[in-house]
Amino acid sequence: MSVNYYLYLSALLFTIGAVGVLVRRNAIVVFMCIELMLNAVNLSLVTFARINGNLDGQIIAFFVMVVAAAEVVIGLAIIMSIFRARRSASVDDANLLKY
Amino acid sequence: MTLQAAAGYAAATGTFKLTFLLVLLPALSAAVLLLGGKRTNPWGHLLGCAAPIAAFVIGLVELLAITGRDGGQSRQLDQHLFSWVPVAGFHVNANLLLDPLSLVFVLLITGVGSLIHIYSIGYMEHDPDRRRFFGQLNLFIAAMLLLVLADNYLLLYVGWEGVGLASYLLIGFWSYKPSAAVAAKKAFLVNRVGDLGLSLAIMLMFATFGTVSFTGVFAGAHSPAAHGGTLTAIGLLLLLGACGKSAQAPLQSWLLDAMEGPTPVSALIHAATMVTAGVYLVARSGAIFNASPDARLLVQIVGATTLVMGAIIGCAYDDIKKVLAASTMSQIGYMMLAVGIGPGVYAIGILHLLTHGFFKANMFLGAGSVMHAMNDEVNMRRYGGLRKVMPWTFVTFGFGYLAIIGMFPFAGFFSKDKIIEAALDKGGASGYLLGSIALAGAALTAFYMTRLMIMTFFGQRRWARDAHPHESPRVMLVPMVLLAAGSLLAGFLLILGGSLQHFLTPSVGTSVEVGAHTIAPLILSLLTLAVALGGAAAAWLLVGRKPVPVEQPLNVSKLTWAARRSLYGDALNETVFMRPGQYLARALVFFDGRGVDGAVNGLAALVGGSSARARRSQTGFARSYALSMLAGAVAVTAALLLVRVG
Repeated sequence: MSVNYYLYLSALLFTIGAVGVLVRRNAIVVFMCIELMLNAVNLSLVTFARINGNLDGQIIAFFVMVVAAAEVVIGLAIIMSIFRARRSASVDDANLLKY
Repeated sequence: MTLQAAAGYAAATGTFKLTFLLVLLPALSAAVLLLGGKRTNPWGHLLGCAAPIAAFVIGLVELLAITGRDGGQSRQLDQHLFSWVPVAGFHVNANLLLDPLSLVFVLLITGVGSLIHIYSIGYMEHDPDRRRFFGQLNLFIAAMLLLVLADNYLLLYVGWEGVGLASYLLIGFWSYKPSAAVAAKKAFLVNRVGDLGLSLAIMLMFATFGTVSFTGVFAGAHSPAAHGGTLTAIGLLLLLGACGKSAQAPLQSWLLDAMEGPTPVSALIHAATMVTAGVYLVARSGAIFNASPDARLLVQIVGATTLVMGAIIGCAYDDIKKVLAASTMSQIGYMMLAVGIGPGVYAIGILHLLTHGFFKANMFLGAGSVMHAMNDEVNMRRYGGLRKVMPWTFVTFGFGYLAIIGMFPFAGFFSKDKIIEAALDKGGASGYLLGSIALAGAALTAFYMTRLMIMTFFGQRRWARDAHPHESPRVMLVPMVLLAAGSLLAGFLLILGGSLQHFLTPSVGTSVEVGAHTIAPLILSLLTLAVALGGAAAAWLLVGRKPVPVEQPLNVSKLTWAARRSLYGDALNETVFMRPGQYLARALVFFDGRGVDGAVNGLAALVGGSSARARRSQTGFARSYALSMLAGAVAVTAALLLVRVG
């Protein structure tokens, strides 16, 4: 099986994530889509590590996982506090910071 | 110090060192009154009178001293005050020149000025600003004395502008009246045109002769090297200055409006002294006009034109002061005609100037007395029969009247007769033309002055219901009586044995006695008298025989209509200068507003507007930011791919 399929899968997951971020309003779903994009990137990193025969890509994938874990903590906390303040989890309602 | 006297003049020593006080005393008094504020109110008018009287006494002392110098002694005394503009190549001294011509003016200004100051004590008694009035009158006296005493054109120009300022301030003295404020502005602006001529003349003198002192310029004008065209140009520019100050055509329009000022101002500034400054300027610059027949011819034309214009205007107005103002224009026209005829006749112009100073000031004070009695009414159609209630005013005014129409032996007879004679003796067609114009002017003068007398002092009473005329207080009557005496005697005394002409010789050259007259003097005198009597009789026939209508009649000839509008002088100025000026100003405002400002403001609006639009992209929606990030990432990726693959 060609390693290219992993890359196709990665691109597919990334696209799904990106479209989800752009079209969904619910902050939780947007958040999940971001995770999906991160993991798509992780998959491509690991694939490239395999193609190149070294471990650089895999190490970066670990870094991404650590950052993603930290991001989940902070992101969920922000979403929770927004929801408490505005009784809504829609990203379009949180639009005070503008022109 | 004595070495600094201008070449050609004797240095002022002894009594003549007092000359500077003539200018200084009124100037100091003006400074005290204008800067001293309300503290000087109780005694301000007394100080204001003391200054010109003191100057008059000094003038008399100097007259005695100067007549005491005869034979070889020069009668032109130059007092060096200080070095004013000590620049290399351009050196101007602040020097005062006391010579017969300036001394005659000093005595006229301070003498008539003192009387009018005293008169003003009574006339302005109820005015809350009497102190300011006296301060400004003194300022005028100081500036006018500086004008006639200067020994160079630059210092003369300082006095020239000073009297213009004083005239502006005093015409607008009652500035709460819009008409007075407008009249003051008009006088100032029209005078500015003339002043421009004088300043250009001074610049041209400096460019041509390298100096602006009288001696330097006159020597330059005499020298054969002087170019005729340049001299004519200087003469014409001086004439423009003289026209502005002396209200001669085409700059005559301001004088009628200047009557908005208090009547003593009209008497002093706009009849006796300031308006004659133009005649002084031409007589003083005789050396230049002697060298340029063309410039002289134009002076004659201006004089003759204004002489007739003023007389025609005077025939139609009903405002007593404006009739007198038109008459002033006309009489100054006579003077201009005389000094324009040139060599040998300057003294006659000055003679008429002096006699006119007496009788016109006399009549203005009389008019002021009438207005004082009639609640400031100036319309002669509201007067009538005043001779019984105001006998003193009537008699003194009558003296002035007889003087101006040239009745023997009053002052005007001697001076006006001489001018007509000089015009005729000029010879040739132009002599006959100018002489007959002057003669016709004498008839018109008699007509309008008789009309004024009849409408004011004779006939039935046409007073307003609340008018209670009464004779003026003594403080006003005494100056009127003294001036009336001057109207009677001045001409005779000044002409006795040619005294004034001889006296003025050092300043304006010898008066020429023509051997062969065009018309024998005696016959001409009788002719002039007959013409004047004819004018007076015509006035009696037209105005005196039937009751004067209280309202101005409307079915009158075209000439009367024109004269009532001062021969369309204002209309002409408005069409030729004011309207095009306004259009030009409006066009410039449009260009500045739309063109210059438009470009700058438009640029600013463009930046501001596009910024405001660009700001709208910050919507606050996280997803739109995400979209732009994605678009950016895609663009970067595409670019990378393009580079790699391409």
